[in-house]
Amino acid sequence: MDQTGGASTPQESGTPPDLGLPPPGAPLESGTWHRLHPLSPVIRAGRVLLGLAAVAAGALFSGGQEGRNGLLGRVPFLGIVIVIGVVAWLVTRWRIEGGDLRIETGLIRRQSLRFPLKQIQAIDIVRPALARVFGLSELRLRTGGSAGAAGRLAYLTAGEAERYRIQLLALARGSSEVPLPGSLPAPDRGLVTVPVGRLVASILISGIAVVAVVLLVALIVVRAVAPAAVAPILGSSVPIGIGLLTVLWRRLNGGFKLTVADSPDGLRLSSGLLETSAETIPSGRIQAVEMIEPLLWRPLGWVRLEVDVAGRHRREGENAPEGHQLRAVLPVGTREEAERLLAHLLPEAPWERSPAPRRARFKSPLRYHNLAWGRNQRYAVTTTGRLARVTSWIPLGKLQSLRLVQGPLQRRLQLATIHLDTAGRNLHSAIRDRDSAEARTALSELTELARVERHSANHPRSGPPTPDHAAPPPVEGETAGRGATPAGN
Amino acid sequence: MSSTGPLTDLAPGEAWLHPSPRLASMRRLEIAIATGVGALIVVAATAAAALAGSSGVILAGIAALVAVLAVGILGDWFAQRRVRAWAYLERDEDLLVQRGVMFSRLSVVPYGRMQFIDVVAGPIERVYGLATVRMHTAAAASDARIPGLPTDEAARLRDHLAKLGEGKAAGL
Repeated sequence: MDQTGGASTPQESGTPPDLGLPPPGAPLESGTWHRLHPLSPVIRAGRVLLGLAAVAAGALFSGGQEGRNGLLGRVPFLGIVIVIGVVAWLVTRWRIEGGDLRIETGLIRRQSLRFPLKQIQAIDIVRPALARVFGLSELRLRTGGSAGAAGRLAYLTAGEAERYRIQLLALARGSSEVPLPGSLPAPDRGLVTVPVGRLVASILISGIAVVAVVLLVALIVVRAVAPAAVAPILGSSVPIGIGLLTVLWRRLNGGFKLTVADSPDGLRLSSGLLETSAETIPSGRIQAVEMIEPLLWRPLGWVRLEVDVAGRHRREGENAPEGHQLRAVLPVGTREEAERLLAHLLPEAPWERSPAPRRARFKSPLRYHNLAWGRNQRYAVTTTGRLARVTSWIPLGKLQSLRLVQGPLQRRLQLATIHLDTAGRNLHSAIRDRDSAEARTALSELTELARVERHSANHPRSGPPTPDHAAPPPVEGETAGRGATPAGN
Repeated sequence: MSSTGPLTDLAPGEAWLHPSPRLASMRRLEIAIATGVGALIVVAATAAAALAGSSGVILAGIAALVAVLAVGILGDWFAQRRVRAWAYLERDEDLLVQRGVMFSRLSVVPYGRMQFIDVVAGPIERVYGLATVRMHTAAAASDARIPGLPTDEAARLRDHLAKLGEGKAAGL
């Protein structure tokens, strides 16, 4: 609890700079240039050092003397990394100007990045293990567009990161005044927390753990049958083992003490064992919600709930704890918890679904027993999946396009599939194998409903649910950077 | 209304537009070129083998040549059917694009969701004075394109769609 508490309330985090809070709104509105924390290069270099240590461990395992020499050869490399980091820190500065976050960086190749705050899809605070030692955090801005670079401010003190997060979110909402520091500790309302024991158990009975066990058993069998072959197999399977462990570790770290809370800014997710992260997803930015029921979890009645937010989650290579965009808001939980959370994420989301016609068995024999879909005025819900049952809810106002597809076998069986395309490339939801006549009606209905939803999103009937700020509603259609980044929305 | 697609009745009585008839001859040319190249390879391989002195290779070569030609003719038949299946319809709020015979697809792309619009013309398309218009949304999966439009119609469609998209743009 200490890390989440420290992230949400700057007063408790104990870092001295927080105590002297500047006057309300001064740091962000004045347009002055800011620098990152002077310790930033050290933390970046430390990460490289960890990487080197991992490589060295692998080399020592298999290479012996040769590996040790290789490690020595890399020591000057570390010095270069630190020098580069210091230079990078010296030439990096950032400020807020006219509703944009502007980051200037680069010595030889000057780079000036501009992030329109109205386009922010989410703001994350990430605290890698090393940064936590120094009480620092990284602030990440996620904007739409699958190829868009993430706006990163690495590193700030924990208190600064928290304060800027709230102020940037306020700016993103379109309110010109920045919330008073006194009101900063937003009254988070906890929705769900995941017990550690259940998380560990869920990881142990996931598909990857099964693979690991199978590999281990295979190794033992080999040892019994041909002991001479064990050493080379062990040597060559070290990378695989490291990879497996990494994946398992990420799952554990990503889901550890994951807390979902409701705050005036939107949904707050915080989690992490060594590297903690706190994300904020502003309300109305959720593209889809997915509930996954893996086969192995079904006897226990556990489900996983993920949300899809437009925009790249983590930049490639840069300490990417998760390679995917979907964020688990409930890494493992009961059905009731998932229902409660869903009702909060997408109010009025429907659960009633009608199953696919019986003849769909011939077209999708493995999927058939899962196929179903339903809708109400605002959402469509589809269920599919061969082994794991996957149910996704899509707000109709977020639909990008609809496709009705009919293959030769489907034509013979009088079936058709409707694909629901949402922003991002990871989630693919489809209403599979419906009666053709039904599919056609559904297509025109969904098109019409999506149109209505889009319009009401463009012209909100009332302001956003932020009673404490008299903020004008976000007029996305007109001003949301149409001219600035028409393709990056 | 010479639509062949089975899905056109979604918007009955509407004036579906089709690619230029020149698209059909363009596809025929493309397949003829591919078939010609295939035939040339077969002939060359047969000749080389015959010169090397293996017997019975001429007969095999002729059989392969016939097969290549048959594939070309079949491919042309499929391509012609596919060309006839392309259709699009500009409605008030969205664009409908229909294509495919075996796998028939109907895409509904709202104007407000279009991020940008491409007009592409490859070398063969340029010879025929045709172009392909491609609509992009924020979803990677939505792939709406219309091939074989005369260049001026392609430009008109692009400008029209861009204008409509601007007026109806919706935030993510």
